[in-house]
Amino acid sequence: MARKPITYYLREDKMPHIWCEGCGHGIVLSAVLRAIDSLNLDKNNVCVVSGIGCASRAPGYLDFDTLHTTHGRALAFATGIKMMKPNLDVIVLAGDGDLAAIGGNHLIHAARRNIDITTICFNNSIYGMTSGQYSPMTPTGKMATTAPYGHIEEPFDLCELVFAAGASFVGRGTAYHAAPLSRLIAKAIAQDGFAFVEAVSQCPTYFGRRNKMRNALVMLDWQKEHAVTKKAASRLSPDELEDKFIIGELGTRARPEYTKRYESIIEAATKETDDDV
Amino acid sequence: MQKSGNAGPVVDGDSRPVIINDRWCKGCDICVSFCPKNVLERPEGGKAQVARVEDCTRCGICEIMCPDLAIQVVPAGDRKEERSGARGGSVHGK
Amino acid sequence: MGNKTSIRLMQGNEACAEGAVAAGMRFFAGYPITPSTEIAEELAFILPKVGGKFIQMEDEIASISAIIGASLTGAKSMTATSGPGFSLKQESIGFAAIAEVPCVIVNVMRVGPSTGVPTAPSQADVMQARWGTHGDHPVVVLCPTSVAETYTLIVEAFNISERWRIPVIFLMDEVIGHMREKVAIPDPGELNIVNRARPRCKPEDYLPFDADAGDGVVPPMADFGTGYRYHLTGLTHDRTGFPTTKRPEVDALIRRLDSKMDKAKQEVTFVDEVLTEDADIAVFAYGITARAGARAVRDARASGVSAGLLKVKTLWPFPEEHVERIASKVRAIVVPEMNMGQLVREVERASKGKTKVISLTRVDAEPISPQQILSALKEV
Repeated sequence: MARKPITYYLREDKMPHIWCEGCGHGIVLSAVLRAIDSLNLDKNNVCVVSGIGCASRAPGYLDFDTLHTTHGRALAFATGIKMMKPNLDVIVLAGDGDLAAIGGNHLIHAARRNIDITTICFNNSIYGMTSGQYSPMTPTGKMATTAPYGHIEEPFDLCELVFAAGASFVGRGTAYHAAPLSRLIAKAIAQDGFAFVEAVSQCPTYFGRRNKMRNALVMLDWQKEHAVTKKAASRLSPDELEDKFIIGELGTRARPEYTKRYESIIEAATKETDDDV
Repeated sequence: MQKSGNAGPVVDGDSRPVIINDRWCKGCDICVSFCPKNVLERPEGGKAQVARVEDCTRCGICEIMCPDLAIQVVPAGDRKEERSGARGGSVHGK
Repeated sequence: MGNKTSIRLMQGNEACAEGAVAAGMRFFAGYPITPSTEIAEELAFILPKVGGKFIQMEDEIASISAIIGASLTGAKSMTATSGPGFSLKQESIGFAAIAEVPCVIVNVMRVGPSTGVPTAPSQADVMQARWGTHGDHPVVVLCPTSVAETYTLIVEAFNISERWRIPVIFLMDEVIGHMREKVAIPDPGELNIVNRARPRCKPEDYLPFDADAGDGVVPPMADFGTGYRYHLTGLTHDRTGFPTTKRPEVDALIRRLDSKMDKAKQEVTFVDEVLTEDADIAVFAYGITARAGARAVRDARASGVSAGLLKVKTLWPFPEEHVERIASKVRAIVVPEMNMGQLVREVERASKGKTKVISLTRVDAEPISPQQILSALKEV
């Protein structure tokens, strides 16, 4: 439980939020706020940026400096903010469509630069705001309004993709495992460098209804049955692991952080001016 | 986002362990289903409510699982000053 | 910035970069594209010298998104590109317009459409500069006619962007961008620098999009990280910055934003009238073409044709009054453009039938020559 009531971080007059009954995004958002609370961050120093989609409506409800940008571009906007005010805790909240489809280019480059921005991907494997099209995270065979014959594509392994691009911290959690998810997000925020957390969330309204999971409870149960920790996974055989996904911290590495590296350029540039003739 | 009065249900001196903001609750039943002590229930078409408060162990699962951020579980210790969700004069300042 | 001597031989792109820094620009995000790359290269070198920051982003969309983000921290920020990149930036230019975020977008025009002729000048992005992004939105578009003017006019671009919380588009073309000319660098003290109005109220009373707190049109703008904790969105929004679809609020927002163009017109319209007092024929020209126009007017006068020149440096809002006044005095207005005739339509509209309007088009990747304009003047 939060040391401070969660309402301390909310723009209460803007609530209730727009998410559907049973949508996992509120659970993930709650985990984010508890993570911020556990780190005792100063509200005046937190900046939350989002793109477009259901998850991206989150910043409007949060009592920080908040920015709801264009579809896919949250990380690019956030890069500008972080470059000019590196001391701000910059957090991007966006969905799987926003981050991994239209925003994919910015995602891999932000990771490659290892700029100190924490990105939380609310992954419900569907475009919810536009009512049910498949996304880069929709599993093969699933139904969607744009996959009426069953989805033929393979989803990304987003954490592997972002870690391979250079991020210094990646992890995955689920709405069902809300407490460990919040701890994982806190570690990501505390990380100095690009930190990415994929938070598996549920969309009962569109994903659930079209894929025989009629409500949030059924979808949360699916998360419980299919998420395994690394330790548990090591005890399972490959075919047992077939339909499972790993949760917890998945990758971490020490890399110089981008805005700190840029300081060395400013030092070099300002030193050079003194030697100028 | 304006710093209007606190719309939350928490008031000083409130001794209830679990407080549900029925303006925010959308009746998804997650809290009812996840509560290990079957404290909560929801009438058909209604909002979640505390039915058996005496069984509540303040474990906080309902709070962290609520998608509507509508539930506050008050920790056992007397933390009145922190329970005050009021704006402005809140102890946390700006 | 090496401005030890005030007279320098500078490239247009270089003048754009240094002028921007003189205006107080401290964040640049860009992406390589001919013929604007020198702006990025120059700023990568000089910005860190003044504690500013440069970043080369992964594409032009990322570049404009980054400068809008940087502007929210209070920094003056800029990006530079050419046609293809300018097309990619349009959506976020609209975001800067609706969220009222000051920023300057430089477009060094090259022959289009598509890849076109990357190293050749054009003026064919003029309508895109006004209407490139979707929806009704305000934007101011400036267009220098020389390297020296590039330096001073980019400062005005930042002043307008800060004063009106509006994206300002700075249209150069490949010739202006790449040619070198003498520039008398103004002393910093000489430059009029404008900064955005910040809120004076306490954070808890701050209504980020309440224009009444400002001059009725432009709300004061707080910097991120200073305790105001407010929200910006590309959705139509109310005075608190939170999304709204209530019809009166949507209508009020769109009309207030659009009203910036009229309210700013007086202040942002830069037009030089050359020899127009007794002119019975006029040339309406902008950018590099205005240089050929000036020469053509001189040559015409020498051969007995009393021509005058409207040297137009603010393309949008379009200087209707100047055109209407001239139209009522002259037999014809010749409009030479390196495109298939774009601003000529505005000249026709503003002339209200009071005079002939003659479009002179050139689209073969070469600048329009004084002789071309002169012969057009003589044929009338």
